[in-house]
Amino acid sequence: MNTFDLIVVGAGIVGAACADLAAAEGLRVAIVEPGPVGGGATAASMGHLVVMDDDPAELALSRHSQQMWEAYAQLPEAEFSRCGTLWVARDEREYAGIAAKIARLAQAGVVAEAVDAKALYELEPELARGLAGGMLVAAEAVVYPPRVAEFLVKRATTRNTQLHLGRRVHALSGDGVVLDGGTRLSGPVLVATGCALPELLPMLPLRARKGHLVITDRYPAFVRHQLLELGYADSAHGNAPTSVAFNVQPRPTGQVLIGSSREFDSSSEVSMTIVRRMLERAFAFLPRLCDLQALRIWTGLRPTTPDGRPYLGAVPGLRDVWVAAGHEGLGITTALASAHLVIDQLLGRRSAIDPAPYLPSRVRA
Amino acid sequence: MAEHYDVLVVGAGPAGLAAADAAAGHGARVGLLDAQATLGGQVWRRDVRAEAPRMARHAFHAVERRTNIARFTQTQIVAATDKELLVEQAAQARTLRYDKLVLACGARELLLPFPGWTLPGVFGAGGAQALIKQGWPIAGKRVVIAGSGPLLLAVAATLRKHGASIAAICEQASAKQLAAFAGALWRWPQKAAQALVLRATLTGVPYHAAAFVRAAHGDARLRSVEVQIGENLVRIECDHLAVGYGLVPNVELAQLLGCALTRNGSHPHVEVDDDQRTSIANVYAAGEVCGIGGRDSARIEGAIAGHAAVGATQAAQALRSAQRHARRFSALLETRFTLDARIRELATDDTIVCRCEDVTWSALRDFGDARAAKLQTRCGMGACQGRICGTALAELGRFPRGGPRPPIFPARLATLAEADFASTPN
Repeated sequence: MNTFDLIVVGAGIVGAACADLAAAEGLRVAIVEPGPVGGGATAASMGHLVVMDDDPAELALSRHSQQMWEAYAQLPEAEFSRCGTLWVARDEREYAGIAAKIARLAQAGVVAEAVDAKALYELEPELARGLAGGMLVAAEAVVYPPRVAEFLVKRATTRNTQLHLGRRVHALSGDGVVLDGGTRLSGPVLVATGCALPELLPMLPLRARKGHLVITDRYPAFVRHQLLELGYADSAHGNAPTSVAFNVQPRPTGQVLIGSSREFDSSSEVSMTIVRRMLERAFAFLPRLCDLQALRIWTGLRPTTPDGRPYLGAVPGLRDVWVAAGHEGLGITTALASAHLVIDQLLGRRSAIDPAPYLPSRVRA
Repeated sequence: MAEHYDVLVVGAGPAGLAAADAAAGHGARVGLLDAQATLGGQVWRRDVRAEAPRMARHAFHAVERRTNIARFTQTQIVAATDKELLVEQAAQARTLRYDKLVLACGARELLLPFPGWTLPGVFGAGGAQALIKQGWPIAGKRVVIAGSGPLLLAVAATLRKHGASIAAICEQASAKQLAAFAGALWRWPQKAAQALVLRATLTGVPYHAAAFVRAAHGDARLRSVEVQIGENLVRIECDHLAVGYGLVPNVELAQLLGCALTRNGSHPHVEVDDDQRTSIANVYAAGEVCGIGGRDSARIEGAIAGHAAVGATQAAQALRSAQRHARRFSALLETRFTLDARIRELATDDTIVCRCEDVTWSALRDFGDARAAKLQTRCGMGACQGRICGTALAELGRFPRGGPRPPIFPARLATLAEADFASTPN
């Protein structure tokens, strides 16, 4: 009765995508989630579906996943909004770097175009004067992740999936999991618990990297594209203990969502010092932003591996334990392809992209 | 440069005024903050047509004559730490540091969803009173006043003074409950006198006990309300409906600071000791924020907090017995205005519960907690941050409201980036 083909621990966007796919493959699935579905990093995220080209493995995974997201473009729950991504170059040096980025993206099949300063201000009139130009990735979109996670979990439950909501996995049992209260579920286990990964799999190094976000009241068309500074990747991939970057998103509601910050910290407390740094960064690019009314500040924790790549595959040293976690700030974008990589390995199939860079066994190497 | 005060008092209603006056009386440098343009809070809000009550004038004067009280009106609290407040005044950010903080944040109305409650023309009872005191034109309009509690009479009196025609006052409490309330009032002679004056002002106004609004009807605006009076369903034509089911403490700032709260029924209030100290060092609370008790307990608790905050414990203790007596009124309010269970069942599937984000009652049916509901439906994500819908859902027995996040009130992004606030490590 309590035996499954796969027990998915965690119903964030990654766990939800894994459970949905496994159920679609005909597996008998159990999902265990102590909090609300999509209540961790999924809820805190911006929901920007973005291809990052700095690391070839990340480029492959994010591009592959982004294509899969097209299947949800019409799903009402996804609140899919194809606002495009506009990367902003502050100076000629950054602008000169765009050509190489466009070439790398083109190789992965992503269409990006350089925009000069004049075109930049036509696209986004609120941007500060004196910027050199930018790079537009017009087909990129934003979604509302918690509702997608909920949709995926619901869809899984229509296909032979048992949902244990409000229950926590107390421990791995060797042939499954033990829930708090003592209930045992048996079968292969897939741990997709994001920042809580060390509780069940302490052998896989992972740190929480806190981010702050601020959302405003409704100001339709104040900005029209997801705006990022080209220096964003330095913040996302660098190992500075604290960093901020200009990262602003128009929500379909007309609200403006303002990021982003990174600190190695596992508390959820709002730091006004970080908020100030983050906002000052944003004001430098959007001077009139400072007059908008803020409604809410929140924080979220990004599950961060030492090399910045997620763990996708079998956990070394454990029988029938799999992992899909550690997506840092790209978990929404890469959730769908991550699910395919893990489920393909579980079913002994070849994947569309090379799984090697994400294998948890790299930790030992 | 951040300014420093010995005592900061948040809220310039009866509790806050008394706290500021008491603390300043011992020579402390006091800052008194309020969101309104004038002193008085909700209960003593300035009326463009009428002079303030004597007790209020006395309290205003006491504060105004003291040179060691700095008044910050039209000032909104944005964020707080254990030693400073980030506030916004005239679109400018300010950081105010404190040794002691007195929370006298008062209360807000309890609004409950029923079909038609979002129609233009429907107001909160206290909300309508506030608007009209500030000069919003009401003369000649037909108004139905509904809900529960002593506030309804005060609202009716204000509206009538401003020329409204009161079509009916509908108090949901039964005649028996009301008689028991009136019968106990002799213990608070000032309140009894107040009640008599109010009733006298309202001669000729139809007053119904055991009456509540089931639905509001109209097109682009309110045309009539459907009222349950005892066993009968009555339709009353009107231009406005002012409806409020009592008050709930404004605990958001206390919550953000980490003060322990207790729940008495559906809504939390701040827990305090005999000196009005909260569970957080250097933070005091007084008045409605400690549980709805009315003006008199607020004034006394404000004074106790003001004295205690500057270490004048004897002066504080001298007020204890008066405070206990005044506080017994809270229990009376609670027991005598208990809500008719039917009022909690008025919302239908398509009744909007969260007005900021247009979330209906049926959309919230499947959720067991505020966070899940918020993530999936946006309920409570709007400008009021769940103050209205979260409170209503708690009252309706669905789930308690989620904890607040900064900013406590919407604030300019420039304010959140204010340089002085939280610039030194805690």
